[in-house]
Amino acid sequence: MKRASSSGPHPAGSAAAGGEREAFKRELVALIPHLRAFARTLTGDAASADDLAQDAMMKAWDARASYQMGTNMKAWTFMILRNQFYSEKRRSWRQTQLDPEVAERTLVATDDPESPVALDELRLGLAMLPAEQREALILVGAGGFAYEEAAEICGCAVGTVKSRVSRARRALQTLLETGAYERDGRPASEAMSSILADAQRLGSAR
Amino acid sequence: MIEQRAVDRANRTTPPELNEARLRQQAIGVKLRQMFDEVVNEPVPPDFLDILRRADESAEDAAEAE
Repeated sequence: MKRASSSGPHPAGSAAAGGEREAFKRELVALIPHLRAFARTLTGDAASADDLAQDAMMKAWDARASYQMGTNMKAWTFMILRNQFYSEKRRSWRQTQLDPEVAERTLVATDDPESPVALDELRLGLAMLPAEQREALILVGAGGFAYEEAAEICGCAVGTVKSRVSRARRALQTLLETGAYERDGRPASEAMSSILADAQRLGSAR
Repeated sequence: MIEQRAVDRANRTTPPELNEARLRQQAIGVKLRQMFDEVVNEPVPPDFLDILRRADESAEDAAEAE
């Protein structure tokens, strides 16, 4: 709805609040893609991930008065999203680990011919990790958070995050190398070599 | 015998399996970021912005009503 700006005198406080609201909104909008990605890794399916991301976005919006501009809004919104996910989960049937079959149907679907076997297998392997290991690895390994920030988001000690990340890395590597999951026909060791090949192709081996 | 090979290798100066393990972990890290970024780079469904815009408008109304 459009409205002409009122000609009456504006209290200075409310004008400042409007500007702050605008700045908050801009920052929040910029974070939506990241919230969607984090939600996707928590829920394992795109539709409920977007529901979760929307809920978290609105929770953050409603709580904007308690957010201090200039602090880490990404970590703050990720914490809100994560809390939302676990409080919903407590009342529902969802298991800690994603159902591999569901994960395969939903996470694996991609039309990108450039990201074949390796990425699918990684998603599947990721889905088989305990939720706390998966989220720690995602936050640190993909989300770009420091261990300290990840610890704050997860509400646990820094050492706990470190050990979860390292256990997740080991477990994922084992899953990718030995294929400790049901997979029709293809030897799972292919997954690891294809991941290695892709990484080299991307030239990102630091 | 695999254990024996590992021990033999570990006795040499540079254990290649350490480098190999590091390489594998790096490769997994690259893939992990790629997977995450795939979603980050998706266009945001319009309802996200619609919901936020509506909330923003009612906040504006509330502010002006003061």
